[in-house]
Amino acid sequence: MQWEIVIGLETHAQLSTQSKIFSGAAIAYGAAPNTQACAVDLALPGVLPVFNRAAAEKAVKFGLAINARINRKSVFERKNYFYPDLPKGYQISQLELPIVAEGGTLRVQVSPASGQAYEKEVRITRAHLEEDAGKSLHEDFHGMTGIDLNRAGTPLLEIVTEPDMRSSAEAVAYAKSLHSLVRWIGICDGNMQEGSFRCDANVSVRPKGTDKLGTRCEIKNLNSFKFLEKAIDHEVQRQIDVIESGGRIVQETRLYDPDRDETRSMRSKEEANDYRYFPDPDLLPLVVDEAFIETARLTLPELPQAKRDRFVADYGLPVYDATILTASRDLSSYFEESAKTLAGDNKLVANWVIGELSATLNKEGKDIAESPIASAQFAGLMKRIQDGTISGKIAKEVFAAMWAGEGDADVIIEAKGLKQVSDSGAIEKIVDEVLAANPGMVAEFQSGKEKAFNALVGQTMKASKGKANPAQVNEILKKKLAG
Amino acid sequence: MLNATLKELSAQLAAKNISSVELTGEYLARIERLNPSLNAFVALDREKSLAQAKSADALIAAGKSSLLTGIPFAQKDIFCAHGWPTTCGSKMLANFVAPYDAHVIEQFNRAGAVNLGKTNMDEFAMGSSNETSYFGKVKNPWNTDAVPGGSSGGSAAAVAARLAPAATGTDTGGSIRQPAALCGISGIKPTYGTVSRYGMIAFASSLDQGGPMAKSAEDCALMLNVMTGFDPRDSTSLEREKEDYTRDLEKPLVGLRIGLPKEYFAAGLSADVAQAVEAALAEYRKLGAVTVDISLPNSQLAIPVYYVLAPAEASSNLARYDGVRYGYRAPEYGDLADMYGKTRAQGFGAEVKRRIMIGTYVLSAGYYDAYYLKAQKLRRLIAQDFSAAFQQCDVIMGPTAPTTAFNLGEKSDDPVSMYLSDIYTIAVNLAGLPGMSIPCGFGSTKLPVGLQIVGDYFAEAKMLNVAHQYQKATDWHLRQPL
Repeated sequence: MQWEIVIGLETHAQLSTQSKIFSGAAIAYGAAPNTQACAVDLALPGVLPVFNRAAAEKAVKFGLAINARINRKSVFERKNYFYPDLPKGYQISQLELPIVAEGGTLRVQVSPASGQAYEKEVRITRAHLEEDAGKSLHEDFHGMTGIDLNRAGTPLLEIVTEPDMRSSAEAVAYAKSLHSLVRWIGICDGNMQEGSFRCDANVSVRPKGTDKLGTRCEIKNLNSFKFLEKAIDHEVQRQIDVIESGGRIVQETRLYDPDRDETRSMRSKEEANDYRYFPDPDLLPLVVDEAFIETARLTLPELPQAKRDRFVADYGLPVYDATILTASRDLSSYFEESAKTLAGDNKLVANWVIGELSATLNKEGKDIAESPIASAQFAGLMKRIQDGTISGKIAKEVFAAMWAGEGDADVIIEAKGLKQVSDSGAIEKIVDEVLAANPGMVAEFQSGKEKAFNALVGQTMKASKGKANPAQVNEILKKKLAG
Repeated sequence: MLNATLKELSAQLAAKNISSVELTGEYLARIERLNPSLNAFVALDREKSLAQAKSADALIAAGKSSLLTGIPFAQKDIFCAHGWPTTCGSKMLANFVAPYDAHVIEQFNRAGAVNLGKTNMDEFAMGSSNETSYFGKVKNPWNTDAVPGGSSGGSAAAVAARLAPAATGTDTGGSIRQPAALCGISGIKPTYGTVSRYGMIAFASSLDQGGPMAKSAEDCALMLNVMTGFDPRDSTSLEREKEDYTRDLEKPLVGLRIGLPKEYFAAGLSADVAQAVEAALAEYRKLGAVTVDISLPNSQLAIPVYYVLAPAEASSNLARYDGVRYGYRAPEYGDLADMYGKTRAQGFGAEVKRRIMIGTYVLSAGYYDAYYLKAQKLRRLIAQDFSAAFQQCDVIMGPTAPTTAFNLGEKSDDPVSMYLSDIYTIAVNLAGLPGMSIPCGFGSTKLPVGLQIVGDYFAEAKMLNVAHQYQKATDWHLRQPL
């Protein structure tokens, strides 16, 4: 049977506020255990939550960015369950009335392992505010559990999609696109190792061509795109195997174990908690008025999709390049600043940003914001390629020197004598020497072996230490050999 | 001195006829003598109290005192007070020492008042007789076989027995008014949101409200001036201008319209209480007030609605007492679930457990709509009854409780009959209105009767005026147990 995969994602994005969602404690990552937990976070008797409006502003920005309806009035509710790292015995969340209501969408670029890349629209059902729990530490306590409440009360935006994704590739494309968006609009640092952005995947399968959703399983806490992909692939295969061998899928929560590359059952629907949600009487409904929403709208930067379209229209870039360049706001700004400074060959700048620059950043594990080459300097290098002062190959050498902090492109070109030789007399002289030194190659060429020509070009470039203008070398060699 | 008003005490202190250290010392000595038979206080700290008294004397000497400076107040053990045990009447918090001050405590401290000690209460404020306290029953000073009422029974008994000039209480369904009535003192539960709940241990958050318990309406007004005020740490605290609750005390009552809900004078009300209340109403007519018959048609729903909503909130509010971070933890347990189970089974008393179970039940999947949601809707109807009533009258009056103080043990095995002792007070909390009780006579067993005065939202100054004028004309509030 042909199976259709159905995936919906729930993503927890940690909002980058200064303090917690219901207390004044800081939320910086990595502090010593329980040093960022105040009386409210510890749920001492008598303490009360006070909502941090900065979290609402970030949630509203997200809602606007995906074109969702914003609930003017949303309600905090208590989700009741016992766990040692949940100090109050309930989590404050939103259920019936989330701050970001329906209507939101995200257009994502899917690049499947095989086949054509395509665009897909994923509908976002809702996004709601809630507080994070603390952490239980099971190591180092000799049969006991340590509780660290630094994270308790950290503001989260839980973003829930419709079951719109049909493959792990689509799920990953959505997650990447969402990850890029939340960082783009400055509401989340997106640090997946630190747990600032984590996904739960709801996965089910159904016979192709049917409408009814299959029974789903939820895979919890996937904190990398790779794990997300592998967990879904594994879970899909597991479900198909169960059904095809006559079994039935049980609705349950499963955990992905990256070491074994498998998912295993955490709890079934029957075992699931009855959370006894009810509106938190300690908190008033969260009201956002038109002015609040407009202020949030004004602080929104140009969004990735709009910028991508503009890069295609204004800079004449292919959609593919524009998509890559708008994967992050910093990268897109870098490109645009460089292109504006150069005011010339935009495609050249795009190629170099996507190529050499991105590759070097990747290799060194750096973010574009940490690039040792500023966009203006980068444009300076582009200028010298564009005007023929250096070849592309030499440019890579100059780029490396710039990266190492040796100065601007012109300084390096001058100091290292890398200026391209475009003096045809000088090139002719080198060509003559190469032809004289390689009679064998010349003979091969003349007997019809075209490859020998490339070898002679190579020899000439080598003899010029790469500085000869390759186009001129070609031309002069052709002329001499024909001669 | 024992009958002195707060104003008189303040004048004595200002005139340096007595120091705060002496005054505090005298009360501590009286507590030492009488508390063993009443059990009104659960925590005393002579050193701390006297240190505060000493600071107060310094303020007075420096001419920097305010009206309450140097006066000792008993604090209900539901308010966190830095460095003081704060137990909420529970084994669960028997070892808990508060590391911070509640807003109410801060306000008293700012005024230079002295914390005289923490008063006994029903466990987590759940009770109407003060019999559910882990620290033992409180006795009614008028008759030590009788209950003092609850949950602020310790505060009520302390003030009635003159172990403190005045005390604080909290009121979720009548916990200030009912014990005030049963002990023959004055107490007011302000409009919800007037007194910050920060540091006041939560029972049912949407109903809980702190307030003063004192010998007179005037003393209540002076305390309210200190206890109220916007507190950004409580999201339900109302951002209103500070008011002087004594401003209307001396206004005459001519033309005052007193609404008498027929439902509050119906079956269930004992004859002696009805008689005392009728006599009080006659007194009010003499003062120029007129009485108007009104109806609160949904009155009979108040108790069922309350016993859905309050336990629902309580079941969640009390989830934090899990043995993990502070408070009681069972000495022996197996796994985590067992630790929770044993800790809570051993740490909470029967009434608290009963309410946690009710609350858990009404919030459960499949029952939520039928109980919690329905109760919320009815709560609005109850509030609408009052809004409609206040079209016809300025204040509402009736009995605070259906009977005078019942005997210890009389109702402790019958929760429903116990719950019925709050039948006239609960609706006021559900509506968020201010309610007050003042003494208005004695019943057939020579126990005090309370008159309840209910005002519209923020009508505290008017209610205090209405009570004060009555207390000028009568002396019930000056009677004290022998």
